[in-house]
Amino acid sequence: MNIENFLFGIYPYIALSIFFLGSLIRFDRDQYSWKSDSSQLLSKKYLRLGSNLFHVGILAIFGGHLVGLLTPHGIFLALGVSDMTHQIVAIVAGSIFGVIALFGALILWFRRMLNKRVSKASRKSDKFILSWLLITLIIGLSTIPVSFGHYNHGDPSVMILLSDWVKSIVTFNPQPELLANVDTVFKIHMFFGLTVFLVFPFTRLVHIWSAPFTYLNRPHQVVRSKRKFL
Amino acid sequence: MKVRAQFALVFNLDKCIGCHTCSVTCKNVWTNRKGVEYAWFNNVESKPGTGFPKNWEDQEKWNGGWELKNKKLKLKSGGKIKRLANIFANPDMPEIDDYYEPFTYNYTHLQNAPLLEATPTARPISQITGETIDKITWGPNWEDDLAGEFSKRSKDKNLEIAQKEIYKEFENTFHLYLPRICNHCLNASCIAACPSGSIYKREEDGIVLVDQDKCRGWRMCVSSCPYKKVFYNWESGKAEKCTGCYPRVESGLPTICSESCVGRIRYNGIMLYDADRIEELASIEDESKLYEAQCNIFLDPNDPEVISAARKEGINDDMIDAAQRSPIWKMAMDWKIAFPMHPEFRTLPMVWYIPPLSPVQSKIDQGKLPTGPDGVLPEANSLRIPVEYLANLFTAGETSIISTALKKLLAMRSYMRSINVEKEANKKIIKSVGLSEEQVKEMYRYLAIANYEDRFVIPTGHEEEVLDDPYGNQGQDGFSFGNNSSEGISKITLFPRRRKETVEPKKTAPIARKR
Repeated sequence: MNIENFLFGIYPYIALSIFFLGSLIRFDRDQYSWKSDSSQLLSKKYLRLGSNLFHVGILAIFGGHLVGLLTPHGIFLALGVSDMTHQIVAIVAGSIFGVIALFGALILWFRRMLNKRVSKASRKSDKFILSWLLITLIIGLSTIPVSFGHYNHGDPSVMILLSDWVKSIVTFNPQPELLANVDTVFKIHMFFGLTVFLVFPFTRLVHIWSAPFTYLNRPHQVVRSKRKFL
Repeated sequence: MKVRAQFALVFNLDKCIGCHTCSVTCKNVWTNRKGVEYAWFNNVESKPGTGFPKNWEDQEKWNGGWELKNKKLKLKSGGKIKRLANIFANPDMPEIDDYYEPFTYNYTHLQNAPLLEATPTARPISQITGETIDKITWGPNWEDDLAGEFSKRSKDKNLEIAQKEIYKEFENTFHLYLPRICNHCLNASCIAACPSGSIYKREEDGIVLVDQDKCRGWRMCVSSCPYKKVFYNWESGKAEKCTGCYPRVESGLPTICSESCVGRIRYNGIMLYDADRIEELASIEDESKLYEAQCNIFLDPNDPEVISAARKEGINDDMIDAAQRSPIWKMAMDWKIAFPMHPEFRTLPMVWYIPPLSPVQSKIDQGKLPTGPDGVLPEANSLRIPVEYLANLFTAGETSIISTALKKLLAMRSYMRSINVEKEANKKIIKSVGLSEEQVKEMYRYLAIANYEDRFVIPTGHEEEVLDDPYGNQGQDGFSFGNNSSEGISKITLFPRRRKETVEPKKTAPIARKR
């Protein structure tokens, strides 16, 4: 088995298993450590701009990846979205939100590294995951010129191959060989991205699971009773 | 009518000497941990002053508490959607410097310094970065006893009264201590603002707590509490607040701040209230009527209808009995001498205050202060602390309520003086403030003598009512196995552990040479 078969045939399953099981175990065993771990108290300057840019950008990108890669090819065609349209939408939206997220991540990174209070109060995992996301983001953005090159040649094949590979993974029918002709920069980005899932349960990223949408339809006051019955 | 019981407190400011014993005992019990070094669940402020954190009363700045928008009660920081939109960075969040940078001192240097010309000093160290701080510029009680310039202190929101300039003259200075803890509000804005629903009010005694497991650190409670009494633990990433010393209260003991109060200014007791009327009474348009509105939410614990309704809600007879003997009821409802702090925040706070008297003895001796009919005690409106200032603190600016209370406190003194000095009870003076002899004698007992059993009427929590297997916990708590209290000796761990290391240098003192 060569390294690519491992990275794109087996590693995704390792990463995703740890992602799901690890999150579950941490939630069950150690909920006290489950939090967003904000450092806003220690330094407010730059956080508002950096954090908002980063979160908006990264959530949009994540959503874009999810929809773009997982939606069956047939549905796009049925909706009248041709492969070329799909590709240019992905390139444009990816560039816009990618740059937004990049600016945010850079602000946050410099803040975390250079602000004494934030830096000293950070755990190693905080610095690691922010740096890792920043690198993943930069590599992701550097795939755009390549994609744009494909687009200019009227060639959506790489995009379709990538999408097919993702589908092969989620349908438990891994086909790493699909990636044989895909440019290396995509593969590096994919490795970095998969690794985010791998380390997810051990970092502050777990707060993503707790996005508090339930707040919207909850009464203002919360009263808890010790009595189990009345 | 939905009857609920509330653990409530009254602080008698007339007797507070600003010794900070409450703050220190509270700190030692609850917040002497990494991450909350800067947090004071109980603190004592010198007023006028900006307080802790700086200018906490200025809701134009912090957007804490509630407001009426189109006659509807809304959180001042905005609706639910706005809050979620701001979740990545809370625009109203205070920063550590609004409190102060927590510090300790390099004490070991005193023991380890080499031979020096000058005496070695223990320099301050930041408890966040561990680095030496050149100069401490703010602390937990920087304005103690009116320290600092008037220009800074006068940013106090309550000092926005017409004659503000007068009070910068030395001879017109006034001063009072304001001890503060969480108000365990009936209409708490921290609870309403919490996106994860981790803050809750306990049904049994109304104490407001943060579920540490459920808190996700979105920090909306910190900014939404108008009293700034929810703190963000920067180590654990969770919100922490005054717990009302619930483990003590459940055992029938007063809170640690109340227990240790050397001035005996703190009263703990139970109040019954109608939970169905919270929203209605917190939404009254005229701010100066909010104090009255809150009085209307309380239910008379001697009313048979209330008692039967309380029993129906499962409130046990110990609780009802405590409510009937409640010192809080006496001061807030019977004598009307205690008031909620800043009712205009519309949270219906449950720590009430008896306003302080502030006579100027030398002026009285010189006959320069108008006195009452006894010729000895001054009139309420001629006291040193302006009534307007107290009204801004306690009744949203309604001065008549405050001066009536001050008159009652003065009348009590005058009456007791007439008994002890003139040997003849002066009933006229207490009649003029609408109090009976019985009431005044009781007031005297509660306020001047302040016996332990009068100050603290706390029923024990009935755990046997809530545990379905009371024997199941026997021998399970305390010394335990597993990961309850010990992390074991393993150096590696999957999930982040609590950081407990302190910043002080730990070099031990050199061993003295043998002679």
